[in-house]
Amino acid sequence: MKVLLFAKRNIKEILRDPINLFFGIGFPLVLLILFSIINKAIPDEAGNTMFSIEKTTPGIASFGTAFFALFSGMLLAKDKTTSFLMRLFSSPMTVLDFLIGYTLPLLLMALIQGITTFLAGSLLGLPLSVNSLLSVLFMLPITIFFVGLGLLCGSLLNEKAVSGICGALLTNIAGWFSGVWIPLDLIGGIFKKAAEALPFFHSVETLKEVISGEMTGILPHIAIVLGYAVIFYGLAALAFRRKMHSDKV
Amino acid sequence: MSAITITDLTKKYGLLTAVDHLNLTIQEGELFALLGLNGAGKTTTIKMLSCLIRPSDGDAVLLGDSIKDNPSAVKRKSNISPQETAVAPNLTVFENLELMAGIYGQKADASRKSAREMAQRFGLDDVLRKKAKTLSGGMQRRLSVAMALISNPQILFLDEPTLGLDVLARRELWLSIRQLKKHVTIILTSHYLEEVEALSDRIGIMTKGCLAAVGTTAELIRQTGTVNLEDAFIKLSGGVL
Repeated sequence: MKVLLFAKRNIKEILRDPINLFFGIGFPLVLLILFSIINKAIPDEAGNTMFSIEKTTPGIASFGTAFFALFSGMLLAKDKTTSFLMRLFSSPMTVLDFLIGYTLPLLLMALIQGITTFLAGSLLGLPLSVNSLLSVLFMLPITIFFVGLGLLCGSLLNEKAVSGICGALLTNIAGWFSGVWIPLDLIGGIFKKAAEALPFFHSVETLKEVISGEMTGILPHIAIVLGYAVIFYGLAALAFRRKMHSDKV
Repeated sequence: MSAITITDLTKKYGLLTAVDHLNLTIQEGELFALLGLNGAGKTTTIKMLSCLIRPSDGDAVLLGDSIKDNPSAVKRKSNISPQETAVAPNLTVFENLELMAGIYGQKADASRKSAREMAQRFGLDDVLRKKAKTLSGGMQRRLSVAMALISNPQILFLDEPTLGLDVLARRELWLSIRQLKKHVTIILTSHYLEEVEALSDRIGIMTKGCLAAVGTTAELIRQTGTVNLEDAFIKLSGGVL
């Protein structure tokens, strides 16, 4: 009950900011349309399938979840600047109540974002199937990784730092290292190795495998995403717990 | 019967001792005011009693439960109105009140009923559907205090509750606080001596983390050989008359 009430409050705080609504739902659709236009401009003879709808839809669906780090981090960082969080810390809410309450709204947003992205993809030529629905569900562990990262930053940093790290920096890193904008093989070397060590590329590959129905290829990618999700969510839990029990409330 | 029994309560931040072996007993239904200069240890004491920070030493028992051993039980029966306004900015007045009622365990119907009642009691019914961030400072302050009361706490901590309020709003809040007396045990901190004099049953004066004196206004005046509470406070705080 407490968790759901807190989650309800958080979703209202997030959605009542129109910028969040744009980046949460609108921006992935804008990117999808842009990539579709670019794809159409590439002549068939070039044989370049890099921006085909089968690749860009899962890529953008995965990239769109990066904004949830910004949403969760900013919400927590803003709460920290007011005494509202102090009021809640003196209530019977536990660390787990807070973490779930901050996460649930973003999981719901991820589902909505995923559904709209894949529906928009279908309007642009992506065949809708059970795999589309499965892809939306596979967005959830990716979202948990980003929310964990956001909550970790929100617990440790102030609003300005969170907006810089989880906004400009993270979205750029998540974009460039995902292999969506530029194929990693094209650059190769250290860049490719770094991308393979980070979760962003594997998030995209997970969704690509799911949408193509290649279920056996999912495991190596989702395992890395889950590993990052567990580590970052765990670190976020520790940092939040430390904040809640610190003397600087 | 005592509601709060504080024994050797101490808080240290490195070499600084913010609260130094505080011993105090507050009776059920009593309104106890903590007075002190900035940095005297009032807010730190309230934060320890409301389980926001852990004491370095000593303990306090609130209606049978220790703040050290059973903070969850203490949190269920107490509430705090912090020094700064503590509201969720993008929620409406009604949603803020409803949220706090729900977090303290009231069912949905009861939460809505409590929210309406509390809004009426604090003169917030006209702004019920307005977002908290759009309210004036005074109205936000009233909402913040109402949010502390909506859980029907047995013990209430009011940290500078009328800070930033105009005279009328302050008097209205005094009225609400007076109505709580005898039903709720209240610890209040304030810099306004007339407020302390008007509301409290007993006053504790803190200096440098220690309790310098405890008593009614008349007792403190008598004890210091002064003519009013302000003079008594200045004398007990180490000031020059």
